[in-house]
Amino acid sequence: MKNYDKIIFELSKPGRKGYSLPKDKYETEGLKSIPTDLLREKPADLPEVSELDVVRHYTNLSNKNFGVDTGFYPLGSCTMKYNPKINEELCSLPSFTSLHPLQDEESVQGALELYWNLQRMLSEIAGLEEFTLNPYAGAHGELTGLMVMKKYHESRGDHKRKKVIVPDSAHGTNPASAMVAGFDVVEVKSKPNGSIDVEDLKPLLDDTVAGIMMTNPNTLGMFETEITDIAKLVHEAGGLLYYDGANLNPLLGKVRPGDMGFDIMHINLHKTFSTPHGGGGPGSGPVGVASHLVQYLPNPRVVKDEKGKFHIEGNNNEALGNISGFLGNFGVMMRAYAYILSLGKEHIKDVGPLATLNANYIKENLKDDYLLPIEGVCKHEFVFDGLKDKSTEVTTLNVAKRLLDYGFHAPTIYFPLLFHESMMIEPTETESKDTLDSFINVMHEIAREARETPELVKNAPNNTIVRKLDETTAAKNPILTYKALKEQEA
Amino acid sequence: MSKVLDDRKYSDSHEWVKVDGDVATIGISDYAQHALGNIVYVDMPETGDEVNQGDDFGAVESVKAASDLISPVSGEVIEVNEELVDKPELINEDAFGNWIIKVKLSDPSELDKLMDADSYKKLCEA
Repeated sequence: MKNYDKIIFELSKPGRKGYSLPKDKYETEGLKSIPTDLLREKPADLPEVSELDVVRHYTNLSNKNFGVDTGFYPLGSCTMKYNPKINEELCSLPSFTSLHPLQDEESVQGALELYWNLQRMLSEIAGLEEFTLNPYAGAHGELTGLMVMKKYHESRGDHKRKKVIVPDSAHGTNPASAMVAGFDVVEVKSKPNGSIDVEDLKPLLDDTVAGIMMTNPNTLGMFETEITDIAKLVHEAGGLLYYDGANLNPLLGKVRPGDMGFDIMHINLHKTFSTPHGGGGPGSGPVGVASHLVQYLPNPRVVKDEKGKFHIEGNNNEALGNISGFLGNFGVMMRAYAYILSLGKEHIKDVGPLATLNANYIKENLKDDYLLPIEGVCKHEFVFDGLKDKSTEVTTLNVAKRLLDYGFHAPTIYFPLLFHESMMIEPTETESKDTLDSFINVMHEIAREARETPELVKNAPNNTIVRKLDETTAAKNPILTYKALKEQEA
Repeated sequence: MSKVLDDRKYSDSHEWVKVDGDVATIGISDYAQHALGNIVYVDMPETGDEVNQGDDFGAVESVKAASDLISPVSGEVIEVNEELVDKPELINEDAFGNWIIKVKLSDPSELDKLMDADSYKKLCEA
C-alpha cells in the first residue's frame, strides 16, 4: 500500500460506525443532559467509518512516514538523534499516563519529584540556578526567556532598554521571539569566519540594550571563541545574555552556558534529550536563569519543602505570570529524564565528542565536491554552500530532492541565510560509521550525476511517492481542510 | 548571470531606484530575485506612508526565505504596485520591469550615496 493516498473523509459511508450501543438505553442519554440551546442544529460533518477503516487508514499513512526509526535524518539544527525505546517504555507506565493535572499534590508526589529532579539536572548541565519546565517548545521557551529579561529591566525601573541584538546567522525564531516579546531587533554582523564581529557589536552596546541572543556553537557549527569577551561587554552595558539551546548537543557535560556568561537560556528537550519530534510537536522548552533572575520565572513552580514533600506554587507576584495551563509537556520531560539517567553523569560527556566527530567526518569527506565556505573544525553540524562546481546549475534544492531518491532525509537547506545555497548537515552522535559512509557515497554520486546527467538531479525526486511538489502554489494557495478541497474541486 | 541595467541606481541591500523628476521608482534587482527564488508574497506599505533611507518599508517572501525591503531613498509613498498582491511572481519574471513602490523624493541628495550599475555589478560578482 505504498501509494495509499486517501483522506479519511473519502472513506466515509453514511451510517457506518465504529461502535454499537444498546438501543434505547444509552444512545440518546448523553444528548439529553445538554441544554437544547447548546446543541448544534446540523450534525457535524465527521467521517463515518468503522474501526477497521480507521486502523487501516492510519497504518497505511504511517507506513509512508520517514523518521529516525526508518533512516538517516541529517537535518541541521534539529538534532534528529535516535530516541531510545526505554524512554517510551518508562513513560508508558500507567502510573504516569493516567495522571490528571488537577489531581491534588499528595497524589502526584512522584510526578512532581520527577519535575523537580529534572529541573535540578538541567540546572547542573547548564550552569544556571533554576529552570522552569513549563514552556511547550523551543520558541515558547525563547519568548518566556525574553519575558524574564523584560521583567528584570522593568522591575529595576530601567524602561528604556528596548533593543535585543541578534546575529545575522541566528535561528529565525530569535528575532521573531524578540518582536513578539515587544523588543526592537538589531542585527549584528558575522565575520568571514562566521562568528560574531565584536567590533561591529561594540557600537550597539548602549543603555537601550536589553540583551543579546546567541547560540554557541553558532548556526555554522562554529564555536564562538570570543564569548567571554562578548559576555563582559554586554554585561558592562547593562544587558543580559540569552542562550538559544538549539545547539546544546555538542557541549553536554563539557561546557556550560552559565559559565560562558549567559544569564538565561532555553533547552530543547525534544532535540538534545532524545524525544521523538518533527512535524510540529510535541516539544518542551525549559528555561533556565542565573540566580539574580529566579524570582521572575513563570508560575507555577514546583518546590521541595524541608520534609522532602513537593508542592506546586502559583502565587509568586514577582513572576512574569503563567505561560502554560499547567506544568508543560510532561511526556517529553519523562523521556528526557529517562535519557539523562540512562547515560549518567559519566556518559553524557560522550555525546558531544561523538556528534562532533561524525560531523567533521562527513565534512572532510565531502568538501572536494561541495563548497565549504568556512574551513576548520566544526562542532555538531556544518554548512556547505551548495555544489563546488557551479557550472552545472544544479542547486541545493536539487541535491536535497535527489537524496530522497536514495532513501535519505534531506539536510536543512537555504539556512543560514549567510550563503545562497546553504546545506546544513547534522548527523548526531547515534549514527554508525557505516551509515555515515553510505551517506558520503551517495553525496559523491549526486555530485557526479550533477556533472554527467544534470537533468536527472534537476528533475528529482524520481522514485518517491510524490514527485517534486509545487512549493510556490502550496505557499500562495494552501488547501488545509477537506472542506476547502471540496470547494476547490467544485 | 544576473542582469544589471545601466539606467538606474542600486543599494547594497539589492534594491534598485530609477528617478524621473522628483519621483523615485523602487524595486529589487534581478540578482535579488534570483537569490530569493520563487516569490510568493510581497508586503508593501500604503500610499501616503513615509519611508526613510535605510529603513525597511516591507518584505518579500519566497519559498526559501523572507527578506526585508530596505528603502534606498526617503520620501512619501505615492503609488504601490497593486498587481504584485495577486501576482508576486511577476518580480521573478522581470525584476526591473515590475517595480514595487513609487516615492516622492524628500532629499534627492541621498541618491549620491547609492551605487551606479558598474559598482553594483562588482558587488554581485564578489
